[in-house]
Amino acid sequence: MILSTGQKLLFYVLLIISALLLAGPAIMAIVMSFMTNQDILTGSLPTKFTIENYIAAFNGFPLTEYLFNSFIVSFVIMLGQLILSSLAAYAFVFIEFKGRDLLFYLFIATMMVPFEASIIPNFHLIRDLDWIDTYPGLTIPFFATAFGTFLLRQNFKGIPKELREASQIIGMGDFKFFLTVVLPVSRTSLVTLGIYGFLTAWNMYLWPLLATTNDTVRTVQIGLKQLQTQEQLNEWGVIMAGAVIVIIPTLILLFLGQKKLQKGLTEGAVK
Amino acid sequence: MSMNPTLETNETYMYQFERVKKSARMKSFIKGMLFLFPSILLFSVFVFYPMFKTIYLSFYLTDAKGSTTVFVGLENYLNMFTNPIFLQSIKNTFLFVFYTVPPTVLISLFLAILANENLRGIGLFRTIYSSTIGISVAAASVFWLYLFNPTMGLLNKFLEAFGGEPVGWLTDPAWALLSVSVTTIWMNIGFTFLILLGGLQSIDRSLYESAEVEGSGYFYKLRRITIPMLSPTLFFVITVSMINSFQTFGQIDILTQGGPANETSLIVYSIYREAFVNYQFGSASAQAVVLFILILVMTVIQFKLGERRVHYQ
Repeated sequence: MILSTGQKLLFYVLLIISALLLAGPAIMAIVMSFMTNQDILTGSLPTKFTIENYIAAFNGFPLTEYLFNSFIVSFVIMLGQLILSSLAAYAFVFIEFKGRDLLFYLFIATMMVPFEASIIPNFHLIRDLDWIDTYPGLTIPFFATAFGTFLLRQNFKGIPKELREASQIIGMGDFKFFLTVVLPVSRTSLVTLGIYGFLTAWNMYLWPLLATTNDTVRTVQIGLKQLQTQEQLNEWGVIMAGAVIVIIPTLILLFLGQKKLQKGLTEGAVK
Repeated sequence: MSMNPTLETNETYMYQFERVKKSARMKSFIKGMLFLFPSILLFSVFVFYPMFKTIYLSFYLTDAKGSTTVFVGLENYLNMFTNPIFLQSIKNTFLFVFYTVPPTVLISLFLAILANENLRGIGLFRTIYSSTIGISVAAASVFWLYLFNPTMGLLNKFLEAFGGEPVGWLTDPAWALLSVSVTTIWMNIGFTFLILLGGLQSIDRSLYESAEVEGSGYFYKLRRITIPMLSPTLFFVITVSMINSFQTFGQIDILTQGGPANETSLIVYSIYREAFVNYQFGSASAQAVVLFILILVMTVIQFKLGERRVHYQ
């Protein structure tokens, strides 16, 4: 649509007001994390810039360990999801066999079971496996995803079948074709799914709350909750510093992959 | 008589052919299953088994470790529907869906329409509007916990500056659920915006061009082209937002712990308390079955209506 200058101006005004309102809470948190406690308590505008809050958050709290745990957990979940869903998507696109459709419906059915509704047996299972406070307990339940499989399946379908036929003529097996042709061709979707998987894993809350009882593998989200409950003495600057540290990795990832994510989510979602 | 050998060879060929075909079929079945095995195994262990176990547990009483002790039939369900606290959490959950889904979708739609214009610097605005995807429930809750703080929080400071009375955002039963809803709306805008923007961008430009030739105005085009063409995407984000709202947990745990007076106890929080605070795994499972049914209904509606839309386009 071609807009007149007046219309353009109106759009910019609306765009800027919305952006300020929406980003407001996050900007406020970032500003507060650099303010002295004195300024926060008196409710004045920042008079002094300080990084004391960050030092306090890291020194008084095992934030480094929590961050490390979150990185491991998110990375392992991301990797697991990529491997399992690409394998499954390959079977659904390139291998024809009896019962394939039935299995496909089984995958769809998993989307109807909310994790929150099956959390009790899952918790007991992890406890009986002695997986409480371990990385496997935090990661393995999330490796298989129907969403990831559908997203990649959609993408694999775009690969010409002739390519598979040609590879069969030169005697290439399925697994080799999968590794050397399908995966490299689908790089973009794999990156999209990877970003999405990492983001959701990083932001998980309920499961890490249940599956960790001490600091050994506790993730940074639960760490933030603890920081908030322990710092009841109105040390809001320290709490905000913790929160800012928690959101930085995901915000960076989001800014880098926003376009891909939008395309991937829309495709995986609407089809 | 001289025909016989050929016939026999033909039959042998056919037989051989069938056998090869059969073994090829068997081979691709095994291959398919090998590729699918890791996913199927994990789905069985962490999705299907827990689902059936939840239904099973809902008919029993359990000890604190979660082992079944007494079979009670439907008693957990009957108790649940006479338990005022659970009924309240069901009511709260539906209210919460009503408070969060329409505003989230409307605000995101407004933002997506704004951000769909081809203006200089629009990429920056798109990034800002989608940024709440990157903000975890714990961080978002902490931000709003401060904003809602009765004495130091920014919201009450604004109110006081304009001569208003301070509000107990999270402690006043009249406000608590609304306050949690505002936090949730803010968190969910990013995802909804991104999906709706994708939907807007996939609308055929030529539709607008022909409308412009006829001299149609901005709002006419919005009403007659944008909204109808976007309806499948809108439908999708509405159902996904509803399902997400039914599954809300983190913001309740950090902001209110279900209080004041259970006003913000939503169904997942209620399950969590019943199971992991009261150790009543049987009745908690009965509540989980209710949640499961709610989500199942939503998903089926989405699939059914989502299918129909394919015929329209």
